Amino acid sequence: MPITAAIPHAQPVNSSTSPPPRGEPAISVTGLVKTYGDVRAVDGIDFEVAPGTVLGLLGPNGAGKTTAVRVLTTLQAPDEGEIRVAGIDAVREPARLREQIGLAGQYASVDESLTGAENLVMVGRLYGMKRSEAKPRAAELLERFSLSDAADRVVKKYSGGMRRRLDLAAALVANPPVLFLDEPTTGLDPRSRLDLWAMIEDLVGEGTTVLLTTQYLDEADRLADDIAVIDHGKVIAQGTPAELKSRVGGERLEVKLEDPAQRPQAVQALAALSDEEPVVEGDTVTLAVRQRTGTIVDAVARLGAAGVGVEDIGLRTPTMDDVFLSLTGRVAETEMDDEEEAAA
Amino acid sequence: MRRLVTDTLITAERNIVRLPRQPDLLAAFTIQPIMFALLFVYVFGGAIDTPGYDNYKDFLIPGIIVQNIAFGGFVTAMGLAEDLNKGLIDRFRSLPMARSALLAGRTFSDIATNMLSMAILVVTGLIIGFSFDASIGELVTGVLLMVLFGYAFSWVFAFLGMLVSTPEAANSLGFMLVFPLTFISSAFVPPDTLPDALRWFAEVNPFTVVVDEMRELWVGKSGGSLWQAVAWSLGIIAVFAPLAVWRYRRTAER
Repeated sequence: MPITAAIPHAQPVNSSTSPPPRGEPAISVTGLVKTYGDVRAVDGIDFEVAPGTVLGLLGPNGAGKTTAVRVLTTLQAPDEGEIRVAGIDAVREPARLREQIGLAGQYASVDESLTGAENLVMVGRLYGMKRSEAKPRAAELLERFSLSDAADRVVKKYSGGMRRRLDLAAALVANPPVLFLDEPTTGLDPRSRLDLWAMIEDLVGEGTTVLLTTQYLDEADRLADDIAVIDHGKVIAQGTPAELKSRVGGERLEVKLEDPAQRPQAVQALAALSDEEPVVEGDTVTLAVRQRTGTIVDAVARLGAAGVGVEDIGLRTPTMDDVFLSLTGRVAETEMDDEEEAAA
Repeated sequence: MRRLVTDTLITAERNIVRLPRQPDLLAAFTIQPIMFALLFVYVFGGAIDTPGYDNYKDFLIPGIIVQNIAFGGFVTAMGLAEDLNKGLIDRFRSLPMARSALLAGRTFSDIATNMLSMAILVVTGLIIGFSFDASIGELVTGVLLMVLFGYAFSWVFAFLGMLVSTPEAANSLGFMLVFPLTFISSAFVPPDTLPDALRWFAEVNPFTVVVDEMRELWVGKSGGSLWQAVAWSLGIIAVFAPLAVWRYRRTAER
């Protein structure tokens, strides 16, 4: 009797200890403002990043992403707002915060005149390691990032991809729980991007929290658990990639015209199918449609009635590009699209 | 404080490891001083009258050492400009290191390169016929004075290096500002041969004060003042070290 009675009592105790209580977020930002003269580079942003997850700060050039990262990593003091990283207040205890973070920058910030190994050993020692601790750690990281063969070569002779990997390795020397990656793959060739993505995914799998800025939608889509879309210093949308895509609406209807000159007629004919303005690019008209069933038949009938020749027509689910476009009113940077498709 | 010392030594070590890998930089404080010493002695030497000296070499070597020591700081200027330019400063500032160690490490490693270029000049001098007239104590005092004066100019160059955005600009700015200063002094010619305005300037120029003191210490000529030379050096540090730190904060935090 006492035994059976003990079990129901024991249960609540167990359930409150064994699954760890959802702790403090690894990064929390409230009301962050950073101005340069009259320019509000970061204009009141809030977000939280749960431990072991990836937040993607997505936005065009000059949106305020880099400024946000610089403030979060204590490179600059905020004008307003509260920042906590790994539970530490960035304004009150910046020195302690720096022990908990790693930063890999948009411009690979490693010393070009040192070798890969020398760079990592130096960074390790500046994190407070002894030389005898920093050396094996450097060797381990070089191995992990496939740089062992280049360990004793000066960085000047590294390729772009190798530099980025070394830069990432430098950010990881002290095994920081929180990692900031400012446009980690900007300017890399597709193969190096895929390599770097896989390495970032491995780190997250090991429990590292990552804040990543990017202007590439596919990068945010692939790596981020949560995305904050940032434009003109403000977060204009936030959610999982799937949530953001669903917010943009359902299916997109894509119509490729036989004659691009008929675009105005096509737009007019299709307008009734959508709540939004159709987007015209080249010979293709795209619009968010309200429903899936019957839409293509309806659209073909309307286009036929308007005398518009159709080369191809189809429905597709929205991509991050659509999210970006509908939120910012601008098409995202597309310089790498062709290679990305080839690589994917 | 212990952190500051260790981190300063780590960054100073970095600067010194880098040096042999930058041949242009290395040439600037090894081959260049030899070249200048030889040019002055054999091209101008015969035409410059230096009353009270056995030959122009004894007059020139202390002067050209002071000039070289002052210019040693350009390694700091170029290094800082390069680090700022390439974003390396951001890496350092994101680390839990003593932030002031970056400037301190820079100026500190200049001491090593300055000693190297001084040794090269002394050896060159001795080969072409320069002779010391000094006790061991005077010799050592001269070396220490050069360490201090060189360190002071490292701070001047640290400040200049952060006023501009590229290492090349840092180099030419330093050259334009410091080069004339070293020439309008007693380093290369006796100041009383100069036109009035320049002579007046040369007589109050800290380079003259330091060069004259070096001549007193190393070749036994009177007219120097150790305390004035030290006071000038400390004064330069007192002005330019805070300026450099201020400029560093401003530049790095932008």
